Amino acid sequence: MANLNINGKMLDLKVDGDTPLLWVIREQAGLTGTKYGCGVGQCGACSVQINGELQRSCTISVKDVKAADKIMTIEGLSADSSSPVQKAWLALDVPQCGYCQSGQIMAATALLAKTPKPSDADIDAAMTNICRCGTYQRIRAAVHMAADMKKA
Amino acid sequence: MKNVKQNSNSTAQQVSRRTIVGASAVGGLALGVGAGGLITKALAQKVLADATTAGEVSAWVVIAPDDQVTIRIARSEMGQGTLTGLAQMVAEELECDWTKVKAEYPTPGQNLARNRVWGDMSTGGSRGIRGSQDYVRQGGAAARGMLLQAAATLWGVPVDELKAENSTVTHAKSGKSTTYGKLVGEASKLPVPDLKTVKLKDPSAWKLIGKAGVKRLDTADKLNGKQVYAIDLKLPDMLTATIMDAPVFGNKLKSYDEAKVKAMPGVKGVYKVGDTAVAVVAETFWQAKKGLDALSPVWDETANNKVSTASIAELLKAGLTSNEGIFTGNKAGDADAAIATSAKKISATYDSPYWNHVTMEPMNCTAKWTADKCEVWVATQNGDASLAATAEASGLPPSKCEVYKVHLGGGFGRRGFQDYTTKAVLLAKQLPGIPVKTIWTREEDMRQGRFRPVSQCKLDAGLDAQGNITGFKMRISGPSILTAVAPSRLNKDGSDPAAYQGLNADGPEGQFGYDIADRSIEYAMRNLHIPVGFWRGVNNNQNAVYLECFMDELAKEAGQEPLAFRRKMMAKYPKHLGILNAVAEKIGWETTKPADGVFRGIAQHMGYGSYVAAAAEVSVSDRGKLKVHRLVMGTDCGYAVNPDQIEAQVQGSVAYGLGASLYQKITIKDGRVVEENFDTYESMRLEDFPKIETVLKPSGGFWGGVGEPTICVAAPAVLNAIFAATGKPVRSLPIRDVKLRA
Ligand code: FES
Ligand code: FES
Repeated sequence: MANLNINGKMLDLKVDGDTPLLWVIREQAGLTGTKYGCGVGQCGACSVQINGELQRSCTISVKDVKAADKIMTIEGLSADSSSPVQKAWLALDVPQCGYCQSGQIMAATALLAKTPKPSDADIDAAMTNICRCGTYQRIRAAVHMAADMKKA
Repeated sequence: MKNVKQNSNSTAQQVSRRTIVGASAVGGLALGVGAGGLITKALAQKVLADATTAGEVSAWVVIAPDDQVTIRIARSEMGQGTLTGLAQMVAEELECDWTKVKAEYPTPGQNLARNRVWGDMSTGGSRGIRGSQDYVRQGGAAARGMLLQAAATLWGVPVDELKAENSTVTHAKSGKSTTYGKLVGEASKLPVPDLKTVKLKDPSAWKLIGKAGVKRLDTADKLNGKQVYAIDLKLPDMLTATIMDAPVFGNKLKSYDEAKVKAMPGVKGVYKVGDTAVAVVAETFWQAKKGLDALSPVWDETANNKVSTASIAELLKAGLTSNEGIFTGNKAGDADAAIATSAKKISATYDSPYWNHVTMEPMNCTAKWTADKCEVWVATQNGDASLAATAEASGLPPSKCEVYKVHLGGGFGRRGFQDYTTKAVLLAKQLPGIPVKTIWTREEDMRQGRFRPVSQCKLDAGLDAQGNITGFKMRISGPSILTAVAPSRLNKDGSDPAAYQGLNADGPEGQFGYDIADRSIEYAMRNLHIPVGFWRGVNNNQNAVYLECFMDELAKEAGQEPLAFRRKMMAKYPKHLGILNAVAEKIGWETTKPADGVFRGIAQHMGYGSYVAAAAEVSVSDRGKLKVHRLVMGTDCGYAVNPDQIEAQVQGSVAYGLGASLYQKITIKDGRVVEENFDTYESMRLEDFPKIETVLKPSGGFWGGVGEPTICVAAPAVLNAIFAATGKPVRSLPIRDVKLRA
C-alpha cells in the first residue's frame, strides 16, 4: 500500500513497496506522461519533481516516498500547457518523437526555478536527459526563451 | 493523431448531425488514390457508401461541414515530421486553410480491405516524402477540382472562372463566394477524376510547400503527457508481460523456474514464446519484471556461443584479402594495374562496430487474440508488415486481423522489423480474449537489436607525381543486411546492393562523386548469427567514413589541401560539388582562419537521393580530449517541403550518427551482446552537442530524402578535422576508444 500526493491529489494505491515510483505513477496512478527509458537513472525520461527537487522516478522505491512528499509529474505542470517552458517548447517546435520530452520539460522547469537566467554552461550541466532524436539545439534555445518569458 | 477507426465515432456524429440538419447525406469528400494512380469507381462508390452509412470516410482527404480538413497519412510519424510534410503537400494542391488541417492514420486492415488505396505504408529509406509526393499531391489537386466543379454547377458558371484559395471558392465576375464545407456534399458525389490527368502546380507557384515557419501538426500533446505512445496504451482487463529471448540469438530455450515465479504476487502465468523466448504475464509491468528476474531461464549452447568481437574481427579481416565470397560493385578500368605503376602507393584499413538503434521508447506491442479475430496495437514503421506478422503469428487470415498504429517513441529503422509484434501475438494467443501488452525492458531491447552491421574496409590508391589519383580500390568486409532480412532484394549474383550505398557508379540513391577512371569497389560478404538491420543511414554511415577519411589521407600524401584535392575530381558531379562548396563557403574554408588550436575537416556524400556535405571545427587537447566547436551541415534534397523540420532532422541526424561514432559500440562476448543499457552504451547528450549550422540548398528538379542522408557526413567531417589537428588518421570507431594524442 502507498499513500501518495501526486499533482496535489492524495492517492491510496495498492502496490508492493519495492516498486519503483515510475511504475506506480504510470500503472497505479495511470499518469503515463512520465516515461520509462532505461530504469537505471541514466536517461531522465522518468523525471518528476518531489518537493520541488528534480528526481528520476525509476530509481526511487515507492516505500521511500512519504504521504507528505509532494510529487509533481508533467500532467501537473499546468492545466493547459501554459507554463513558460511548455510555451517555449511549442513556439520552437522542440519535440521530434516526443518520448523524452516530458522529462526534458521537467528538467528545464527545475533548472529555471533555481537559475532563472541560465547560461549555456548552466543548461549543459543541468540538462543531462537523453534525447535519441537529437532535439538538443532547440532544447537549449527553448530554455533561454522560457527564461525570457518568465522575466517579462 | 488517432487511427481512423478510433476516430469513427466523431465522424459518425458529424454525419448524423448533418443528416438531421441539412439535405446532403454525405459526411465528407472522400478521394482515393493508390500508389499506382486512380481508384476504381466501384471503390470510390464504396467509400462514399461507407460515408453515408457507417459514417466513416476513407482515402486522403476528408472535409467536414465546418471546413475542418482531415488528411490521411499512410506513412508512420516517428519524430521525423513526415506527417506534417505530407499533409502540407496535400493541402498545397487542395488550397485549403492550413489552420484547419489535422492528420490521421488509416489502419493497415483498411488499406488491405480497400485494395491498398493508400499505397505503401512502409516508412524507411527516407522515402516518406519522396516516395509518395506525386500521388498525395494528385489526391489534393483532384479534390480541389471536384470542389470547383461543384461550385460551377451550383452557380451555373464555367469552372475556369473560379478560384480556390484558403478553403474558399470565389467567382470574381459575380462576386459569389462559398466555402469547401458547404460544397463538400455536392463535390463528393462527383466522379473522382483520373489522377494521371490531374495537373499539379508548378513548384514556383507553391505557397505552403517550402514555406518557412510551418509548425508541426503533432506538437501540443507532446508537451503535457497526453500523447499516447504504444507503451502507454490502456485497455480494459489488460495484462502486462515482459519477455526474454535467447541472448545468444536463436539458441533454444531449455528450462526455467516456472513454479517459483507463478506463485509470485500478481503473476498470471509463465509462457514460452516460440522456441527461444519466455514471458511472464502479470497484472503490472513491475510484477512481470520481478517474475522474469526470478525465472532463471536456461538456453542450449551452440557454436554461436563461441563468437566474440575478436573472432568477428578475424573473420572480417580475412575477407579483406580473400578471393572467396567476393562481389564487385562499381568497377571501371584496371585499378590494380594503375596503382602498381604509380609514383606513390597508399593503403589503409578502417573498421566500425555494431550499433544498436536504442529508440527512446523500448520495443513493446499489445495484442488480443480470439479464435476469429486478432487485434494489435503497435508503434510500427510499417503497418502492412505488422499486419502480415500478426496474421502469420495468429494463424488467422489477414482479413481477420487488424493493426492499430500507435504513436512511435522513435524508430530509426528498428520498428520496420516486426519481431516484437510476432512475439506479442504468439504470447497473446496463449491467453485468448485477454489484451496482453508485452513491454521489453531496456536490457532486452539492447540484447535483441537489429544491429547496424560491423565492418572493415581496406582502401588502396596510387598517386602520380602531380598528386592525382591514378587508381582506387575499396574492399568492404561485413555482414549483409538484405541477405538477413530481404533476400528477394539481393542482386542476381547474390550480392547485396545495399553494401555499396553511396558508392555506386550511378543511380539516384547514392552515386560515387569522384571521377576516377581506374576503380574497383568490392564487397566480401561475411554473415554471422547476430541479426543485422537498417539503422538510420544504414551502410552510408561507414561507407562515407571509409571513403571520405581516406580521401583526406590521400590529399595529405599528395601535399594538397582536402577541398581542392576533392574538387579536381568532381567536375562531372556538379550536385555533389555544389553542396560541398556551399558548406566550405559557410564555414569560411577559404576565407577565414579558425581560432588558434582549432582545425577544420570536410566531407561529402550522396545518399537516399540527396547530396550532402559537412564541415567541422574541432580541437584536440594535449591530453587527447576532443571538442567539436562547430558543425556546418549541408543538404541538397531537391525540394524542401518544410525547412524547419529539415533543420530539425539535420540536427537529429548529428546527435544520432555522430553520437554513435563518438561513443557507441556493441561488443559481442560468448555469442551475446554485452552492452545492455545507457550506462555502457552512451548516447550523445546536450553538453556534447555541437552548434549546428544548416545549409539548405534545394536545387529543384528531383526529390531527395531528408531523415537519413546528412547522418553520414557529420562523422567523417569531424574525423578529418581530428586528422588535421593531430596528423594522425582515426581509422577505428568509436572515437572514444582511440587515443587521439600519443
Ligand atoms: S527511466 Fe529513469 S532515468 Fe531512464
Ligand atoms: S524527441 Fe524523440 S527522444 Fe527526444
